[in-house]
Amino acid sequence: MAYSAIKVIKEALTGHRGWKPLWRRPEPKSEYDIIVIGGGGHGLATAYYLASEYKNKKIAVLEKGWLGGGNIGRNTTIFRSNYLLHENEKFYEMSLKLWEQFEQDLNYNAMISQRGVINLFHSDAQRDAYVRRGNSMLINGADAILLNEAKLREKCPFLNYDNARFPIQGGLWQPRGGTIRHDAVAWGYARAADRLGVDIIENCEVTGFDIQNAKCNAVRTSRGRIKAKKFGVAVAGSSSAVMANAGLRLPIESHVLQAFVSEGLKPIIPGVITFGAGHFYISQSDKGGLVFGGDIDGYNSYAQRGNMAVVEDVCEGGMALMPMIGKARLLRMWGGVMDMSMDGSPIIDRTPIKGIYFNGGWCYGGFKATPASGKCFAHLLATDENHPNANAYLLNRFEKGYMIDEKGMGAQPNLH
Amino acid sequence: MKINHPLLGPRNASEFTILGDAKLLQRPNTPERDQARVFYEYLYHRDNPIGQHQELWFHEQGDRSWLIVSRDTLTHEINNVELASNVIKKGQTQ
Ligand SMILES: Cc1cc2nc3c(=O)[nH]c(=O)nc-3n(C[C@H](O)[C@H](O)[C@H](O)COP(=O)(O)OP(=O)(O)OC[C@H]3O[C@@H](n4cnc5c(N)ncnc54)[C@H](O)[C@@H]3O)c2cc1C
Repeated sequence: MAYSAIKVIKEALTGHRGWKPLWRRPEPKSEYDIIVIGGGGHGLATAYYLASEYKNKKIAVLEKGWLGGGNIGRNTTIFRSNYLLHENEKFYEMSLKLWEQFEQDLNYNAMISQRGVINLFHSDAQRDAYVRRGNSMLINGADAILLNEAKLREKCPFLNYDNARFPIQGGLWQPRGGTIRHDAVAWGYARAADRLGVDIIENCEVTGFDIQNAKCNAVRTSRGRIKAKKFGVAVAGSSSAVMANAGLRLPIESHVLQAFVSEGLKPIIPGVITFGAGHFYISQSDKGGLVFGGDIDGYNSYAQRGNMAVVEDVCEGGMALMPMIGKARLLRMWGGVMDMSMDGSPIIDRTPIKGIYFNGGWCYGGFKATPASGKCFAHLLATDENHPNANAYLLNRFEKGYMIDEKGMGAQPNLH
Repeated sequence: MKINHPLLGPRNASEFTILGDAKLLQRPNTPERDQARVFYEYLYHRDNPIGQHQELWFHEQGDRSWLIVSRDTLTHEINNVELASNVIKKGQTQ
C-alpha cells in the first residue's frame, strides 16, 4: 500500500524523503505500435485504455512539457452529463459512469465528489427549455431533477432570488455531477498506464510528421524521430498548430478561458451552481476556496492568460447571483487555451492522412469527457472503428451538414 | 487590451465585439464548380495561427465601424488597426 496511514505518518516524521515517483522516465524508443501525442487528460486516458482494454503492447505518450501543465491542470474540475442533444448526452453519460468507477479501477484517490450541479433558470421559457433538457438526460440514462424556487431556497438560501432583472425561479439539478481533483486524474492515468508498460515521455515536442503517399510513418520530435504504425493526436488548444504540421486545417479556433479562486472560506456553497442569465459558475473546493469562472475572452489566443474585461464581467455575474461573495478576496487567476470547434462539440475521428487520428474540439468542457474520450479514442485507434457512443463526432460533419450545435449558435466558435 | 481606433484613438477592447479571422470578408462568389466544397472551406476552415492574426472587430459601443486588427495571438500585442471599409476599397484583404 503506497498511501497507508502508517506510511503517511512515517513520511511526515522523516521529512517526506521516501515517496517514489509514480511513473518511469524512459528514453524514447525508435519505434512503437501506437504513439499518443499530448500528455493531457485525454492523451493519458487514451494510453491507459489502449494498454488495459485493447492490450496493445508498445505504446508511448509524447508530451511537450510536463504532465498536468495543460488544461488538465487548469480547469475548474466540474463533471456533469446535462446535455440536450442525444449525440452528446450518450457520450457524456458514459463519461460520468466511468468517473463513478475511476477510483476503484485505478486504485487512486481523485477526490471525486458527487456534490451535484444546479443550472439556474430565470424565466418561464428558460424553465421549459430545462425541462426538455432534463427529459433528454433521463432518456439517456442520466439523472435530472427540476427544483422549484421553494426547494432551491432550502438548498441555496444565499442566492439573489429577487434580482429585478433576472429573478431566480428554480434550477435543473443533476445530483450525480460534481467535482474531481483534476491533477489526480492526470497522475492516476499516468501511473496506471506506466504500470501497463506505456512509455510516458515528457519534454518531447512533436514538431513534424513524416508523410509519404498520404500515410504517416513517423513523427519528428525535439528528442528525435520516432516511428509508429498509428498516431493519436490529443493536444487540446494546440490542435490547429500540430495538425498544420501534417498539412491539415481544422474547424477549430483557439481561445483563452480564465478561472479564479478566492481565499479559503468555511463551507458555504453546497455543489456547483451556474447562473442562467449570464456567464458565471461556481463551486467550493475542499480547501475552502471559491472556484469560479465564466465566458471565454472571445478572441483567438495561445497566451494562457486573459484580459481585465472578462475578469470584471465574471465578477459582475457573481455579484448579481450571490452578492455575499463580494466580501471574499480573489487569491489567484489563470487561463488555459481552449480548442473551440465550429459547433461546440468535439471530434474523435480519423483524418485524411492514413495513420493519423484526431481527438479535439473539446471547448471549455473537455475535463468531464476525459475517461470517455480516452476510451472512445483508444477504441478508434485499436479497431479502426468509431465507438458507438462517439460515432457522431466526425471530422467531416461540417462538410456533410451534421452539426451537433448544442447552443444553436452556428459557425461562431467564440459563442459556443 | 487597447485598440487604437483609426478615427477615435485608443479605445478599451471591451467596447468591441470580435467576429474572427478577417478572411471572412473574402466571401467566395458563387463558383461554377465545387460550390459545396468552396463554401465549406470558407465557413469552417479559418486561420488559427500562433502569432500574427488579422481579425475583424466591431466597435459596438462606439462608432459602430468594423476594424481589421492585426494582433499577435501569443502576446496579445496589436500592431496595426485599419477601417475595414478602407481596406476593402484598396482591395487589400488577403
Ligand atoms: C480555466 C478552465 C476551466 C475549465 N473548466 C472545465 C470544467 O469545469 N469542466 C470541464 O469539463 N472542462 C473544463 N475545462 C476544459 C478542459 O480542461 C479541457 O477541455 C481538457 O482538459 C482538454 O483535454 P486535455 O486534458 O487532454 O488537455 P491538455 O491538458 O491541455 O493536454 C494537451 C497536451 O498536449 C501537449 N502538447 C501540445 N502540443 C504538443 C506537441 N507539439 N507535442 C507534444 N505535446 C503537445 C500540451 O503540452 C498538453 O499537455 C476548462 C478549461 C480551462 C482552461
